[in-house]
Amino acid sequence: MPEEPLEKEQETEEIEAPPASAEAPARMLSIGVSPHIRDKDTTTGIMGWVILALLPVTVYGIYMGGLSAFIVVLMSIVGAVATEAGIQRLRHMPVTILDLSAVLTGLLLGLTLPPKLPFWIPLLGGAVAIALGKQIFGGLGHNIFNPALVGRAVIFVSYSKYMTTSYLATPKAPLITSQSIKAINSVTGATPLAAQGLVRKGELTISASRYYKPLLFGNPWGCIGEVSAVLILVGLAVLLYKGLVDWRIPVCYVGTVVILSWILGMDPLFAALAGGLLIGACFMATDYVTNPMTAWGKVIFAVGCGVMTTILRFYSNLPEGVMFAILFMNGLTPLIDRYVRPVPYGVRALRRMEAEAEKLGDAA
Amino acid sequence: MGLTDNIKRALFTRGGVHPPANKLAASVKISDGPNPERVLIPLTQHVGSPCEPLVEKGEKVLVGQKIGDSEAYISAPVHASVSGEVASIAKFTHPSGRDALAVEIISDLEDTPAEGIAPAPDPLGMEPGDIRARVREGGIVGMGGAAFPTHVKLNPPSDKRIELLIVNGAECEPYLSADYRLMVERAQDVLHGARIISRAVGAERIVVAIEQTSPAAISAMRDAAGSGGEEVFTLPAVFPQGAEKTLIKTITGRDVPSGKLPMDVGALVDNVGTCAAVSELFLTGMPLVKRIVTVAGDGVTGRGNLRVKVGTLVRDVIDHCGGLEGGLGQVILGGPMTGLSQYTLDVPVTKATGGIVVLSKESIISEEPGHFTCIRCGRCVRHCPMNLMPYLLGSYSDAGMWEELESVYINDCVECGCCAYICPTKNPLVQLIKVGKEGYSRRKRKMETLKKDKEEKSLEESNA
Repeated sequence: MPEEPLEKEQETEEIEAPPASAEAPARMLSIGVSPHIRDKDTTTGIMGWVILALLPVTVYGIYMGGLSAFIVVLMSIVGAVATEAGIQRLRHMPVTILDLSAVLTGLLLGLTLPPKLPFWIPLLGGAVAIALGKQIFGGLGHNIFNPALVGRAVIFVSYSKYMTTSYLATPKAPLITSQSIKAINSVTGATPLAAQGLVRKGELTISASRYYKPLLFGNPWGCIGEVSAVLILVGLAVLLYKGLVDWRIPVCYVGTVVILSWILGMDPLFAALAGGLLIGACFMATDYVTNPMTAWGKVIFAVGCGVMTTILRFYSNLPEGVMFAILFMNGLTPLIDRYVRPVPYGVRALRRMEAEAEKLGDAA
Repeated sequence: MGLTDNIKRALFTRGGVHPPANKLAASVKISDGPNPERVLIPLTQHVGSPCEPLVEKGEKVLVGQKIGDSEAYISAPVHASVSGEVASIAKFTHPSGRDALAVEIISDLEDTPAEGIAPAPDPLGMEPGDIRARVREGGIVGMGGAAFPTHVKLNPPSDKRIELLIVNGAECEPYLSADYRLMVERAQDVLHGARIISRAVGAERIVVAIEQTSPAAISAMRDAAGSGGEEVFTLPAVFPQGAEKTLIKTITGRDVPSGKLPMDVGALVDNVGTCAAVSELFLTGMPLVKRIVTVAGDGVTGRGNLRVKVGTLVRDVIDHCGGLEGGLGQVILGGPMTGLSQYTLDVPVTKATGGIVVLSKESIISEEPGHFTCIRCGRCVRHCPMNLMPYLLGSYSDAGMWEELESVYINDCVECGCCAYICPTKNPLVQLIKVGKEGYSRRKRKMETLKKDKEEKSLEESNA
């Protein structure tokens, strides 16, 4: 009998001893693989900043477009987020709508739609954007095409009647006198790019410079996100300041369009400001997932976008070409990434060294 | 730096990151570390073959007495850092995480030096061969963290000429300030050591490279150089500026060829700590038994730059600095970008330990995805100092595509950690790359043996 308590005592000692001894707490230190510190930026943070950069133009677009514009933006966000959550549920994956990427896709889609659309079209567009544009490829980071533009392309083709007629009739912009807009409208009744198409054919005479002010500060003919070039550039400035996008894409894209349009006889400043070029170059083409990874790859991508946009603008039935141009170059991105790669440190030097050694060997 | 330079850098420069410097101990003078009663001196503290123990259990040893050595060329002897009695020679936890043979010495706290420890009378007049022999016997290794035996670096093959000695004072790791203090307080020693090294390799030009964020070190080294002819080169402050290849590129504008050594471009890089150790060895005769260790971080009460005896347990050093603060966090030997985190405090400080960084529980990174997720932001590509495509290295490794890893130059990766640091999805890129390197080399070995077997087989068949 006396053995039993002794055994128990030993047992309790064994259990209690580790925390008391010097060894035990030390074994509870955290370990990990280097680096042991990380940058503060996260995916959610980046998405949040892009949304923030889009806010000025969104707010102004909704102000100009009124309630219907608000519903369009809201519905495309709802469509995108609900689809993301639904598909992730179905796939038994963690639901990641809180990373804001679906919100951003929905917002971008909404900004590329005309303000007077019936509510179910943006809803459908948001759903298509996420389902066919993103989740079908495996979700964030795996898609080939810009999801917002996939959604827009589908509804653009399916409901082209709505897409081309749901623009604002009367402008409501603080800096623009409605007389000047009315004056232009009374001449053309068409969107600026379409009007300039007619000008080129000689069917119309209206100077491109008459459009500068509305395009910069209050464009009634465009989509919700095309209302003001200035506010888009403000958003771009935020992204560049935070180091979130590479300057090469907007600069090379817009630059290419400007130069080619100028060669083809269009007013270059008008070419830069009109249509969806700025929002496309600043917010669509710069989408991380669907543009090349390297600096030179980005340049090729952006110049390609510019060339395609100009070709579509000048030589197709479409008044605008930004959407299809970006989608086209998205498709080429894997190819660009395959062939445009940085030469690692020391690889050129090694080749040079080997060539020299060979020469020496030949000489000997 | 002009405005145009700044714009140019913002638009075009790639490579490297800017983690918060957190040089908490930079203003603290070097002081003596603890006087431990027990030290564990690992027989492997360097790149190369492990040493064989030269002492036995129960033997009395003195400070500076050689207690381990190896016949191998790439190796460095180890010496007793205290006087006392050998308690055991056994396997103990090594900072690398594996258990390794170490000599356990119970100190008599007297620090009696061994016999025969005497300064070299005229080190700058010595023959290169004699300098190398002395450096080898002194057990000197690269003190920047890699711990490559210095005598090997001082002995380039006869067809390579070393023209330039770069004294590496770029302490780009956050928190660490040991090299900085060394340059500020002992500039003459650093230069003296550099002169001895340059004498050994015949380098005509000595460049001391210091980051622009350390003006005190720059002026101290400039003053010490005086009219001696050594140049002080001001480096941009970016991590990993102190990495050998990056450093050579910045100073000479030349790349070290892939898979080759600095000597292939006529350069030799030695850390300021190594230079100071060489100087001390020739001035006093005492081998490398102490090194300067920065203790800093928000998980430790005190901070400082301590002269620590090799073999002192991390526990003793942390206790000397007031102990852990706020419970158990993370203890990193080296800097937080490339250092090794330890699971126990009972690991010894080795010749390669430049810092003990203690992060509190709150500072430990907790968010890390369970699997490889990439949003293709391109930051890793932009920030890789070696111009690699880290996201491809990571995804190939994650998918087990070992054969593809060669096409993305996996062996050129220096594991500096910039990619993982900057990654917004917090992918463990360095871990994936380490795994990838292992998988790639294993596959390569396997393919080679398969090829060999096949050749032998066909040879047999043809013979038959």
